[in-house]
Amino acid sequence: MSDTTAAAPAPGPDPVPGAVKKDGSERWTQALRDITGGSAMISVLAVVLALVVGAVLIAFTNDRVQETAGYFFSRPTDLVGAVWEAVAGAYSALFQGSIYNFRAPNFFNAIRPLTETLTFATPLIAAGLGVGLAFRVGMFNIGGRGQMLIAAGAAGWVAFAVELPAGIHLIVAIVAGLLGGAIWGGIVGLLKARTGAHEVIVTIMLNFVALYLIQFLLRTPGALQAPGSNNPKTPPMAATAVFPELFGPRYNLHAGFLTVIAATIFVWWLLSRSNLGFQFRAVGQNPSAARVAGINVKNVYLYAMAISGALVGLAGINQVLGTVTTGFGAGIDAGIGFDAITVALLGRSKPWGIFAAGILFGAFKAGGFAMQAAEGVPIDIVVVVQALIVLFIAAPPLVRAIFHLPTPGTTKGPEIRDVKTRKTNEVVAK
Amino acid sequence: MSTITQDSAPLPSSAPIVKLTAQVRSWKIPITFGAFAIASVLLFVGLGRGQRGELSTFRLSEARDFIQLPEVALPTFVTGVVVAIVLVLMAVASAWLVYRHRKIPIVLTIVFALLFLIGFLAWAASGSTIPVPGLLIGTVTLSAPLIFGALGGVLSERAGVVNVAIEAQLLAGAFSSAVVASATGNPYLGLLAAMVAGALVSMVLAAFALKYLVDQVIVGVVLNVLVIGLTSFLYSQVLAPSANLNSPDVFPRLNIPLLSEIPIIGPVLFRQTIIVYVMYVAVALVFFGLFRTKWGLRVRAVGEHPQAADTVGINVNRTRFIAVTLGGVVSGFGGAYFTLGAVGAFNKEMTNGMGFIALAAVIFGQWHPIKATLAALLFGFATNLQNVLGIIGSPVPSEFMLMLPYVVTIFAVAGFVGRSRAPAADGKPYIK
Repeated sequence: MSDTTAAAPAPGPDPVPGAVKKDGSERWTQALRDITGGSAMISVLAVVLALVVGAVLIAFTNDRVQETAGYFFSRPTDLVGAVWEAVAGAYSALFQGSIYNFRAPNFFNAIRPLTETLTFATPLIAAGLGVGLAFRVGMFNIGGRGQMLIAAGAAGWVAFAVELPAGIHLIVAIVAGLLGGAIWGGIVGLLKARTGAHEVIVTIMLNFVALYLIQFLLRTPGALQAPGSNNPKTPPMAATAVFPELFGPRYNLHAGFLTVIAATIFVWWLLSRSNLGFQFRAVGQNPSAARVAGINVKNVYLYAMAISGALVGLAGINQVLGTVTTGFGAGIDAGIGFDAITVALLGRSKPWGIFAAGILFGAFKAGGFAMQAAEGVPIDIVVVVQALIVLFIAAPPLVRAIFHLPTPGTTKGPEIRDVKTRKTNEVVAK
Repeated sequence: MSTITQDSAPLPSSAPIVKLTAQVRSWKIPITFGAFAIASVLLFVGLGRGQRGELSTFRLSEARDFIQLPEVALPTFVTGVVVAIVLVLMAVASAWLVYRHRKIPIVLTIVFALLFLIGFLAWAASGSTIPVPGLLIGTVTLSAPLIFGALGGVLSERAGVVNVAIEAQLLAGAFSSAVVASATGNPYLGLLAAMVAGALVSMVLAAFALKYLVDQVIVGVVLNVLVIGLTSFLYSQVLAPSANLNSPDVFPRLNIPLLSEIPIIGPVLFRQTIIVYVMYVAVALVFFGLFRTKWGLRVRAVGEHPQAADTVGINVNRTRFIAVTLGGVVSGFGGAYFTLGAVGAFNKEMTNGMGFIALAAVIFGQWHPIKATLAALLFGFATNLQNVLGIIGSPVPSEFMLMLPYVVTIFAVAGFVGRSRAPAADGKPYIK
């Protein structure tokens, strides 16, 4: 559109539809239609719908609700009250556990849940960026678990076994982890490029290979196992290699969050501003066309998977150098590699979209633990709500149908009017 | 321009038509063979296991078998050396064949794989006994859910709908079969419930993919997450507090008379639970249905070229919907294996990634029911091999044994199978 506005100063009436002047009411209705039918509204409504379904589940499985439902016809208000209590209790615990705790004695304690949210969001965003990047190149990276484990193993080993001055140590550990993730992802890209092996199979298989490899290293003295211990667990990370806390010891939020912001900016730059990113998107749109246009598709697969693996690896690094610094076991990935797929889908594979989606899912995770502790609602409900959000967002027609929203681009839409006004303009010009 | 005038010349050239074939040499198979041959030389010969004359014994019969086969005892080291030499020779032969632009016969690959396997088993079992029937019985049992899942995936993907939701279908089947079988006390109703649950998951997949045109991979992934979340939530909230909803009867093993007395094959194939017997029927039915019936032709047409199918009057979306739902029925049935066939109770996330392995089997098996079944059997065999070697004491760390099936799959996908081709319209919604 910037081109058309640049061309606007040309003499005579402007035939470009974007520059057609509209009266106030028309612009208002279009804006309204854009908001109600647009993707932002769909996202909000999808969240609402998912929360409603979650509420139904919470209510149905609540003991008090089941009890009051038994004598519904004699005292229906009891049931309504019980439902309200169960749902409101759960969701207010979810909110207070993820954003702002009203019961806290002062502001610094009250805001603590928000920092927890960001802490949980950190690895989700990193891994989501990796999965999203692969999606943009038309590949499905289910190998988050393996890439995270290898990266965590590499970064963790540097962090506890190597002695380096503070600062440099952290950087070396991060680089080691990124390399680990990049290699584990790069294998997939290499096999796909050279032999045509399907990336879905290879990533799934490499997940298991990485898991067993890390399990082996964790119980082998001299590798990852803590000296003098029989547990499959590493020693604690050296203080020189741990992400510093961002807001002091009161909060868990660590500098890993900054690396994730940097990663988001990097992916945005890579995809929107760089030559390589252009090739990535071209291959993602149509590999055959990209090949004809002179892009080396095989190299693109290799680079994309290596970068994707490194980004997912950043999630593993954040886990071992930021969240769990007291030593880790084979469960360090905590299912983030799979959660990242939903994060990437929710963020529509766009860097800042993934950033926002990661924070939302981080909030659900932080709040989910609080909800489980306070109200006894299993945290699994959060997984259900997350899945429903992605499902609804992916199907705008369904959400529009449920809420009776107008479809953008229907016959009554403003586009037709634009054509009419343009025609009259042209007639006037003659 | 000159070429065009030449082409449009009325008279055909009198030169004889020569069939030109592109000479493409693929070194994938020789490289893979070579890798395995080197590995076998290092393992069987280099490590020198069994040099003091240990024997590797293969037990071919179970104690209760009617016909008892003698045990086969092979000298470990000699067997290893012989196998390694033959494997190296075969690798060289395959390289020579490729160099001479010949095709490598599939028999060579099969023999190579079998020899490597025998060599490996002999090497691993140095000084002890491998129960061959036990190894194979476990293979069939452990493969059952994978095969059902893979068949469900094949049905769905052949119709052009990518089915990443196999995990969800298995898990839904496992959950509902446990609950229904416990509540009614009838495990057969549990099987029915498993099929219904799998079909429901599939219908959601089909509705979103076909009606709302959502990316099918997205729906599949999300359904996995959704079903994992739902079943875990219901497990914690409903099943865990009241144990009588989660204690179904487990199906017993049924011996088929006569057939179960055939040496080796009998115990392996005909002393299984009803779920495995249904599996044999399911494999045959899916193959027959897809490749020998009018319905199957339509399903494949819809998956390869929906527009052409539509032109001849096939209702594309309805055909797809039915195929996907049927796929869910099959996968869901496989989910019942976890609760009614093996464990006897539902647990959180008890399918443990099996759905993804089934998906790998679908792709590995090139979207063909029989090949996918064989791929699933390979996974089952590798898993059970690790169990068996764990019992008799494996020379390799157990983690590497556990890793083996996945590494072999990567090699196989990269080396032998190569670019497997999905149905042409797989994952693409059809819009008239």
